Amino acid sequence: MSIQMPLPDQAVIARKDEIVAALRAIVPGEGVISEPAELLPYESDGLTAYRQPPMVVVLPETVEQVARVLRWCHAQQVKVVPRGSGTSLSGGALPLADAVLLGMGKFKRVIEIDYHDRVAVVQPGVTNLAISQAVEAEGFYYAPDPSSQIACSIGGNVAENSGGVHCLKYGLTTNNVLGVELVLMDGEVVRLGGRQLDPAGLDLLGVIVGSEGLLGVVTEVTVRILPKPETARALLVGFPSAERAGQCVADVIAQGIIPAGMEMMDRRAIHAAEAFVNVGYPLDVEALLIVEVDGPAAECDYLIEEIAAIAKTNGATTLRVSNDETERLAFWAGRKAAFPAVGRISPDYYCMDGTIPRRRLPEVLRRMEELSQQYGLGVANVFHAGDGNLHPLILYDANQPGELDRAEAFGNDILRLCVEVGGVLTGEHGVGIEKRDLMPEMFTATDLAHQQRVKCAFDPELLLNPGKVFPTLHRCAELGRMHVHHGQLPFPDLPRF
Amino acid sequence: MTELTPQSIDDLRDAVAGALATGTRLELRGGGTKALIGAPRDATILDMRGLAGVIDYDPAELVLTVGAGTPLAEIEALVAGEGQMLAFEPWDHGRLHGAAPAATIGGVVAAGVAGPRRVTAGSARDHLLGFKAVSGRGEIFVAGAKVVKNVTGYDLPKLAAGSWGRLFAMAELTLKVLPRPRVEATLAIAGLEPGQATTAMAAALGSNAEVSATAHLPAGTMQGAPLTLFRVTGFAPSVEARCAQLPKILAAHGAVQRLAEHEGAALWDAVRHVAPLDAPTLWRIHLPPSRAASFVAPLAAQGARWMMDWGGGLVWLGWNGPADTVRAAAEAAGGQAMLVRAPAAIWATTPAQHPRQPGVMAIEHRVRLAFDPAGLFETGRFLDLTNAD
Repeated sequence: MSIQMPLPDQAVIARKDEIVAALRAIVPGEGVISEPAELLPYESDGLTAYRQPPMVVVLPETVEQVARVLRWCHAQQVKVVPRGSGTSLSGGALPLADAVLLGMGKFKRVIEIDYHDRVAVVQPGVTNLAISQAVEAEGFYYAPDPSSQIACSIGGNVAENSGGVHCLKYGLTTNNVLGVELVLMDGEVVRLGGRQLDPAGLDLLGVIVGSEGLLGVVTEVTVRILPKPETARALLVGFPSAERAGQCVADVIAQGIIPAGMEMMDRRAIHAAEAFVNVGYPLDVEALLIVEVDGPAAECDYLIEEIAAIAKTNGATTLRVSNDETERLAFWAGRKAAFPAVGRISPDYYCMDGTIPRRRLPEVLRRMEELSQQYGLGVANVFHAGDGNLHPLILYDANQPGELDRAEAFGNDILRLCVEVGGVLTGEHGVGIEKRDLMPEMFTATDLAHQQRVKCAFDPELLLNPGKVFPTLHRCAELGRMHVHHGQLPFPDLPRF
Repeated sequence: MTELTPQSIDDLRDAVAGALATGTRLELRGGGTKALIGAPRDATILDMRGLAGVIDYDPAELVLTVGAGTPLAEIEALVAGEGQMLAFEPWDHGRLHGAAPAATIGGVVAAGVAGPRRVTAGSARDHLLGFKAVSGRGEIFVAGAKVVKNVTGYDLPKLAAGSWGRLFAMAELTLKVLPRPRVEATLAIAGLEPGQATTAMAAALGSNAEVSATAHLPAGTMQGAPLTLFRVTGFAPSVEARCAQLPKILAAHGAVQRLAEHEGAALWDAVRHVAPLDAPTLWRIHLPPSRAASFVAPLAAQGARWMMDWGGGLVWLGWNGPADTVRAAAEAAGGQAMLVRAPAAIWATTPAQHPRQPGVMAIEHRVRLAFDPAGLFETGRFLDLTNAD
């Protein structure tokens, strides 16, 4: 529990009744929740180690209500934390004691599907999976597939730029979103992008995606939908070392193959998964690769053979190829159950999310093992091997005094290691509060100031989702200061705000 | 015209800091292939070609870091040598303006240039992973990273792509590279009307035959009859299977023929470089593909020449008629029109970029000020300096 949130403003908390009444005037009935017991379900997101009941929850149903809530909060200088389904693993939707929690769960409508232009227009509370389900009958799907896809909302995906196991081939959320309707903190409603590719002007949509709810509240999303591939087949390959598995991954890509998914598990993850789901994972290997190819049947058949040959060259000790859909899903069952499986071997686990250049994998795994010894906590590794995105699962017991703090410290060291070898703090889970204080490992104060000024362009009073992403909250006026020559900026004629 | 020629990022910072101190406006320029786009202006040229060269390239990591001034042709040759490509298919605008190829990577990314594969593989924005730049504050900063998957901090590379050098001067770019398809085949249907063509292209893009690009050239563009093109790329067995599958998928739309490889390649080169349209005024319209046919019909009736790429999502329009007519038609179709070639008199009064809603223009303005508070990079090229509020 090492991360501190901004100190609540007691003067705002003292105004709770007035704030609740104002919100009720905008969102009638059960759309405003203020009873302490009823606030508890909202006290955390997927980063459950951090809990804070919000001052009040508001669940608007229309864009106009969202705009009015934000306009009122802006006028009254009340902070707002937006929330989708609350599945963030980085604490992006963690409430604040002096803030309104703005839940977008009632925006659940699929507005339009256009198969000619291959787009779906949906409200932000629609789940990721529901988009695919809405277009499935016509043979389409929505490509990004975070593992929480049954629950996570597309609005949350936009905020976090969510990925999934298929993003090496199909991209993250940002590569699959064409437009949004957005409400700014002052209540202004704008549309960015649309149904066309590469709209005119600055790519503001590109910076909204992944902005973690700090720039605006998304009230409508236009996504691209893709035709479902004709076939998908998978290989399950065991290796005597992580080095060999890593070399196999590099060789597959060097051969010009971009698999639909390429997942690696280490010994501890393999054993935990196999004990949980019994799908026949080999237990005598150090690393297991699941490689999936999708596309025309002729392509899959060809690539399966190519990849199998590469795996053999790299000393694979087990090699199975899926011959039907049941078998393919069985290969995945263990990987998909890896998190709950690890939950069975340890009372608690903490999921990390760094990305590294793949060539550094053996070194990173070795040093992670050293850290594991040093902290006295186990770690199991699952890994989106194709794009170098690591998910170390740190095993700990929250009931043992000090273990959570140790797990966090261990996790921070892993992320520092990722940055040290040329990688990043987060590949797909977002910074949120979790990695906020590590941002200076990757960015200088100057780098961060350039990012935060974008925040200031959207929300100059820093009312929207404060305490997330940026380690230090500089006031925008402070960040905007320029070195002024003889009391005058150049170009005095230039229009400025 | 004054020119500054930085040779390193420190030179670049000094140049920007110097301009800041003296109140000098700067126009970033690479090969100058797009210099004719936009209103006439009188700014000091910041020639980025000194910041050239490969900084890091590891084909197995799918990541390439280069100096912003590196010629595009040099990069394409380098990655091709490793069996890879820039998947957004950037292209040199020199030919559009009757000049020799000279585009730099910084220039094509800053202008958001993408070719026929854009419809399936994304644009420059989707392939710029990170950069190092000097902002209008005269400060060196980095954004993004040198790995293919990253969500740490704001995605400033998205803002950089398509910013036309108005936010900061990129010194170094990190790009995602992808394997180059081993085989490329082109299928074609002759004789389709525009509406039939967009429907056929949608059918191909909506099928699992995975075309990588599809374009339509109307009657009189190439060999007389209208020609709708479908490009199939990948591994040989897959390309063969899909080339056998597509005629069935497209059976209702017309007879599909497979073109000879050199013929297909020449056609895609023409599409990518908009070679068939030689009108002095050339527009690029981005719109929902289903609206492309009804967009072109009334303009064609007034003598406009046109062609479609990106399955109809991109219409190139060669027409010397009023800009307002083109922009109104594009907007009515849910799209936007960018002016890319025009006589000087038109440039003086017509903004290159399609105007956005006032609220969006206001945000853009604030974002520009965030990186360039003194307006160093505001040369007047885009005729949009008025306060949108």
